[in-house]
Amino acid sequence: MTLLFDRIDEPGLNTLAVYESRGGYQSLRKALQMTPEDVLNELEASGLRGRGGAGFAMGKKVSFLPHGSIEKYLVCNADESEPGTFKDRELMQKAPHMLIEGLIIASYAAGTTRSFIYIRGEYVQQADILDAALAEAHEAGFLGERILGSEHTLSLVVHRGAGAYICGEETGLLDSLEGKRGNPRLKPPFPANQGLYQGPTLINNVETLSTVPAIIRMSGAEYAKLGTETSTGTKIVSVSGHVQRPGNYEIELGVPSREIIYDLAGGPPDGRTIKCWFPGGSSAPVLTGEDLDVPYDFDSLAKAGSMLGSGAIIVVDDSTPILDVAMKVAKFYRHESCGKCTPCREGTSWTVTMLERIDRGQATPMDLEIMASVQDHIIGHCLCVLGDAMAMPIGSMIVKFRDEFEAHIESRRLQALQPIEAVA
Amino acid sequence: MSAAASRRGWDVPAELDKDPATIPDPATTPVPQDLRRDIESHMASYPDTRSAALPALEAAQRVHGWCSPEAIDQVACVMRVTPASLDAVATFYDMLETEPVGEHSVYVCTNISCSLRGADELYAAIREAAGEDRAFNVRAFECLGACDIAPMASVDGVYVGPLTTEDVPQLLDDIRAGADVLADKQLVRRACADPQAST
Repeated sequence: MTLLFDRIDEPGLNTLAVYESRGGYQSLRKALQMTPEDVLNELEASGLRGRGGAGFAMGKKVSFLPHGSIEKYLVCNADESEPGTFKDRELMQKAPHMLIEGLIIASYAAGTTRSFIYIRGEYVQQADILDAALAEAHEAGFLGERILGSEHTLSLVVHRGAGAYICGEETGLLDSLEGKRGNPRLKPPFPANQGLYQGPTLINNVETLSTVPAIIRMSGAEYAKLGTETSTGTKIVSVSGHVQRPGNYEIELGVPSREIIYDLAGGPPDGRTIKCWFPGGSSAPVLTGEDLDVPYDFDSLAKAGSMLGSGAIIVVDDSTPILDVAMKVAKFYRHESCGKCTPCREGTSWTVTMLERIDRGQATPMDLEIMASVQDHIIGHCLCVLGDAMAMPIGSMIVKFRDEFEAHIESRRLQALQPIEAVA
Repeated sequence: MSAAASRRGWDVPAELDKDPATIPDPATTPVPQDLRRDIESHMASYPDTRSAALPALEAAQRVHGWCSPEAIDQVACVMRVTPASLDAVATFYDMLETEPVGEHSVYVCTNISCSLRGADELYAAIREAAGEDRAFNVRAFECLGACDIAPMASVDGVYVGPLTTEDVPQLLDDIRAGADVLADKQLVRRACADPQAST
């Protein structure tokens, strides 16, 4: 089942001519014939949940925006930075008009007149493609004043970030878009009430908005028949790490995870077995080879103790020590912590320090307890979830791979005890 | 982490004996004409001109090679903000350089998915081959969002991968020659991995 990836490699799909020749912008025309309330009803009926990480119902998010003639904003979160995630990149590069069309429809439902696509600065080529597509859409009358003769008006600016993971967090993104350091804000107030320039702001992920044209085309009720009852539709899953065919795959939500990892991505290299896998980016608690039959959807993965997150599966096979995985993850979050909240700033830093102690042979098994308690003290104690995003996977690794950690501590300790012989 | 990155943000002590710099005087702050036009057009794109800070700093960095005090002063002058407010922004973002760097950026992703496929060795090889050559600004970078071509690098914004250490000489030669970098390994020329996508 392909909605988003339908003939995605068609040459020239990034241009308006090719996109329109296969029915592009028909959903926008259809939506503009409907009332904004009816469009919103379709989005709610679709059951579409946000594809950026939190999985919040998209239609509900739109409905939170206040009504009236107040200036409202729509921001597309294209700051795709969650390690292991690269789906938005492929969508923006190959089908930029699908995103722009979805964005215009969403803005119509939400009554927003200004919109922004905040794209991470590293995606230079994709931002250039978006800029070109935006110019075409503007030229064709899909953006600007009185779109296609309707009452709806929308401006769109592609805003390039400059390299900061935290700007994918919605309030950090807003501060960054206002020209500041990307520090997250205290919530509430939520962006729907007080967001960009203090105005009500709707923030949606690239994949979420790219799905909107399909929903309007096929109706929300039809879309909701795909996937499972609480995880409707299709999802692009980015599979990476120790698999034979890494890449983006569009799946219907609810398929067994094994199918994605083995049938689509080819599984780990021959002779290797899966040690652990992150189901939803490096922020997700790890699962093991025993969890491969968990259906790939929001609720099943939550029940299994992890999360679907951004839909990025990272597979680690038995050739890699768990300490190396933990170290990479912890160092990343240490680097990306904005430093505003103490539990996150200090917690990420000390977790790296403790992991390095293990590797130097200076740790005792008690250090594992301390490291686990540091993770517990981060979760829920910060303005945003960046700290949690380290604490959850590291905490899960300590629980699930305790024996390996202890063996690592012991073997490194013994090595460190004989420095003179080692040199000799 | 590069030397520049290690001296960012709160690691730099404030010079307490100095008064904060004020908004630069246009009469004494010459700004290249093209840069001024660029910054002003960014400012016009937003309801609040301060939103242009990032694109303006990026534009200044393209002109000056890094966010030098001079570059920051020029942006501050056009945007009518203090240099300190822009310094705060520049030190926050990885792609804004707060120290002089080589001309061509080579960001090597060393995050989890790439490191599982040999990114750390690749980074070491590129560092070694580039040596002290000021043509290159080789940096280990966080996830660049291209784990499908792991291990990979971004050369002045062009994604290439999967790379092996054997690709390194060609990679650097292409950059030096100003040629299309490893043309057959560029991400934009890759088809979607999903077999259903092409049917």
